[in-house]
Amino acid sequence: MNKPFQTPIVLLGARLLSPYIMLFGWYVIIHGHYSPGGGFQGGALLAASILLIRVAGGRRVAQLQIKEFATTPLAVVGVSIYFAAGLVAVAMGGYFLDYGMLPIPGMDPAWLRYTGILIIEVGIGLAVMAILVMIYDNMVRGEDYG
Amino acid sequence: MIWEVELIILVFLALSAIVALEVKDMLVAVVMMTIFSFLMALLFIAMGAIDVGFTEAVIGAGVTGILFVVVVFQTSRKSND
Amino acid sequence: MVLFAAVLIYAASDLPYRGDPDNLMHAEQSITDTRVMGSYFIQNAYRDARTPNMVTVVLGDYRSIDTFGEQIVIYTAGLIALLVLRKTKRRRVV
Repeated sequence: MNKPFQTPIVLLGARLLSPYIMLFGWYVIIHGHYSPGGGFQGGALLAASILLIRVAGGRRVAQLQIKEFATTPLAVVGVSIYFAAGLVAVAMGGYFLDYGMLPIPGMDPAWLRYTGILIIEVGIGLAVMAILVMIYDNMVRGEDYG
Repeated sequence: MIWEVELIILVFLALSAIVALEVKDMLVAVVMMTIFSFLMALLFIAMGAIDVGFTEAVIGAGVTGILFVVVVFQTSRKSND
Repeated sequence: MVLFAAVLIYAASDLPYRGDPDNLMHAEQSITDTRVMGSYFIQNAYRDARTPNMVTVVLGDYRSIDTFGEQIVIYTAGLIALLVLRKTKRRRVV
């Protein structure tokens, strides 16, 4: 069971495939208003693209993409984006998570709700990606195989 | 949806579940479970629930497959010591 | 187990067909003469949020507190995994 995945061919294939999966993940998050998808699915796709590099390349190659200590702050940032979108609406005089009260000038409430959904889906995507990568990092930590 | 397609998917679903339960090698069981969840996603999409099918395909066939492979390797290494 | 399967198959034979627009679930008035919530969401989702995907509007706008709770659950699961698994790593290194 010594390093079953780490061959250069597997690493080359993973490096070829990973940016396209990541681009598709962002497409799923951003385009979730018009097609099936959303924050959770897009975040899971981003996590899949990162985990592909981590499985194929091992720990030292994986640190070049996203470092291990960066995942927990990313999760906190993702949850905080969601929570801040709710709290800003409260501060502007609406209910919690009422996007119609977001302080962006020059938009009617329907387009403000459109923007609010986009903001919270980016937050969901960041949090899901960071947490799935965090679970994987903690599972394989201390053993330097892929 | 055409009911023959759903019948074929259901037959393969039952086959993959039985193989995943009965096989000795854990890695084969993990692969069979990802095949199970992917067929399940196909069934969800055939029923019209595209969001649920998308989530099932990404989570069940992508991320939990990787996590189960990691768990299988970790536990077998620990038993070899 | 065969008996249980027979009971389930008999119960499933009474379910309505999928995608039938005359279902009780898809009616605008329920059988107690109140309006069904789903028809409200279907009729007003695009007007409220300018988003053609109704699932996104229901998940992100109407039920956003539910989604927030879901995200808190995922975050807590990640933190628990970090705490539990990091402890075994420290024992193995020492």
